Amino acid sequence: MPPTDKQKNHLSGDNRFKLLDRAITKHQFRGDALIEVLHAAQGIFGFLDNDLLIYVARGLKLPLSRVYGVATFYHFFTLKPKGKHTFVLCTGTACYVKGASAIQTAVEHHCGVRFGETTPDQEISLVPARCVGSCGRAPVAVLDNDVAGKLTPETAVMKIGEWQKAPGEAAA
Amino acid sequence: MTVEELRELADREIARQQQYRHRITYCSAAGCASCGAAAVHEALARAVKSRNMENQVELAGTGCMGLCGEGPLVRIVGDGTLYQRVDAAVAEKIIDEHIAQGRKVEENLVDTSDPFFASQVKVVLENCGTTDSEKIEDYIAAGGYEALAKSVTEMQPAEVVEEVRRSGLRGRGGAGYPTGLKWGIVRKAQGEQKYVVCNADEGDPGAFMDRSVLEGDPHRVLEGMAIAGYAAGASQGFVYVRAEYPLAIDRLRLAIKQAERLGLLGNRIFDSHFNFRIDLRIGAGAFVCGEETALIRSIEGKRGRPRPRPPYPSEKGLWGAPTLINNVETFANIAPIIRKGSAWFANIGTPKSTGTKVFALAGKIRNTGLIEVPMGIPLRTIIFDIGGGTPEGTTFKAAQTGGPSGGCIPADSFDLPADYESLATVGSIMGSGGLIVMDSTSNMVDVAKYFMEFCVDESCGKCVPCRVGTVQIHGLLEKISQGRGTTDDIALLEELCEMVKETSLCGLGQSAPNPVLSTLRFFRQEYTELVGAPEGYVPAGAADTSSSTQ
Repeated sequence: MPPTDKQKNHLSGDNRFKLLDRAITKHQFRGDALIEVLHAAQGIFGFLDNDLLIYVARGLKLPLSRVYGVATFYHFFTLKPKGKHTFVLCTGTACYVKGASAIQTAVEHHCGVRFGETTPDQEISLVPARCVGSCGRAPVAVLDNDVAGKLTPETAVMKIGEWQKAPGEAAA
Repeated sequence: MTVEELRELADREIARQQQYRHRITYCSAAGCASCGAAAVHEALARAVKSRNMENQVELAGTGCMGLCGEGPLVRIVGDGTLYQRVDAAVAEKIIDEHIAQGRKVEENLVDTSDPFFASQVKVVLENCGTTDSEKIEDYIAAGGYEALAKSVTEMQPAEVVEEVRRSGLRGRGGAGYPTGLKWGIVRKAQGEQKYVVCNADEGDPGAFMDRSVLEGDPHRVLEGMAIAGYAAGASQGFVYVRAEYPLAIDRLRLAIKQAERLGLLGNRIFDSHFNFRIDLRIGAGAFVCGEETALIRSIEGKRGRPRPRPPYPSEKGLWGAPTLINNVETFANIAPIIRKGSAWFANIGTPKSTGTKVFALAGKIRNTGLIEVPMGIPLRTIIFDIGGGTPEGTTFKAAQTGGPSGGCIPADSFDLPADYESLATVGSIMGSGGLIVMDSTSNMVDVAKYFMEFCVDESCGKCVPCRVGTVQIHGLLEKISQGRGTTDDIALLEELCEMVKETSLCGLGQSAPNPVLSTLRFFRQEYTELVGAPEGYVPAGAADTSSSTQ
């Protein structure tokens, strides 16, 4: 049983688990709330590591295989930590038609990693997105939480350059 | 809440709004939010406050106003003036010149007599641009929840189903199944517990209609779902919405809370015996979850994998109970149908495809954004009149509808009316409403490869034709586009496409070959040009669509 809120510290010493417990309790330990709970877990911890998946499985009384299966099936869940900044490039049709691939090449070249990866210094994650739904302003990228439209390879690289110049400043 | 209380609330809100001399609305949907709508709101509020006009001017953040490519947009409701590309300075100017002196700010004026506005008919989007998306009172003042009141207090569930059937409304998710028929099946299905599900997992890249409706007018969708619940005999509804749409999720959460507070959702709605609750389920990024059986598995907290049908969800859906699944836009059509009558609705559009359709217009076109047109309008009108033609004088090549499940319609078929049957004759589908225009710089083999790559990535892996077939098709396209293909490869490609189409388990696999088949049909010379092409050969338009994703 997860401990109650009255206890000051979580048994693990990491109080973020208390937030997770609250999410699990809110869904009344129901197995069908697994996706909601994983959303909460990723929101709290940033990514889902193995221990966290085991913890969720115990909390919802589900086999670990089911929890792992769901976490790996959906694109939204990530099992690896993300960098300090995320550059989400929309790869939707409208952006594709308007030249998102040129931006992709330029950004990959600038950062030295491919989309779906994080730079070795854990600064920048490059994430491809199916469609962010701002097709009217294609090509679009989401930089941390700001949507930037009508990008060109040059402006995209410039925006990443700003992060690298002022580390930590614009972190989400 | 009773019907009288609802009307009182509406009257009170209308009276309150009439106290103001001016009502200024600004677009607060994601399109404009991505280009600084928040700063515009701040500037407007600051300007109104500093000029002591708070008693004269009311500000409201509304849903999408349509012209997404030219945002942020601001509208003066009284005289219908629309301003584009507004920033903080222009916002101040609008207050100083237009509101205070009645002189329009010419530089940022949008010509609302342009065909972009004149050719549109707004049913689903009627409130977008006028009512505040975050205020239930505003929605009620515009006639909201009246249809629910009418259904629950004046009509029998069977009458509601009949009314929807007579309207001729067809599912707006893409397949076009008659909505009334579906409702009737769920109503007649045996089961203590039934469910209503709103499919808001808008996964097609290049489509943002559902998001705009959810962000701009969430109550309209909730009302439609509640009416469906009453008609079908369900007491619980779910909205399955993409995690990629945080603003839509926030607005829905708020809307559900507001409706519950007023007793428009919950127990004993309008003092009847009808109870209805709505919960949100957040998706986690899987295109296949737009397929109804996969969506059901996902709501149950499992991997979103489809299962064979029948049994259809209308008989055995969520947790084995009869489940009514409709798309966002379908539900958004329900309230006006009940309020204004099925005959009114059936008058719009064509006899077989009634009503309007919302399209997300994007790609190589001058006016990008969200439009709503009567069904059966020629594609030419959408692309040339509403869309305003191609920018920079390039020529049109094709229009893509239906996303990765649809096809490319060549420019010489642009006289085709936009309805379910006509689009099917050229191997495309209506789809959920993404319409992406391509010009001479787009290479069609590359376009086909782009969509196939999407399907490879999104195939859930349950059935072999889809899991293996899409990879093989993609490989062949890769080979052909690199100039290593032969004429045999084209024949093999066609054979493989037919096989995947015929034998896949769900809609994803069955429609995955569509982009390839339709480009093969209309742009075959682009494939044949590449077959056995000499080394270093650069095909048309390959310059800006060269590399692939991931």
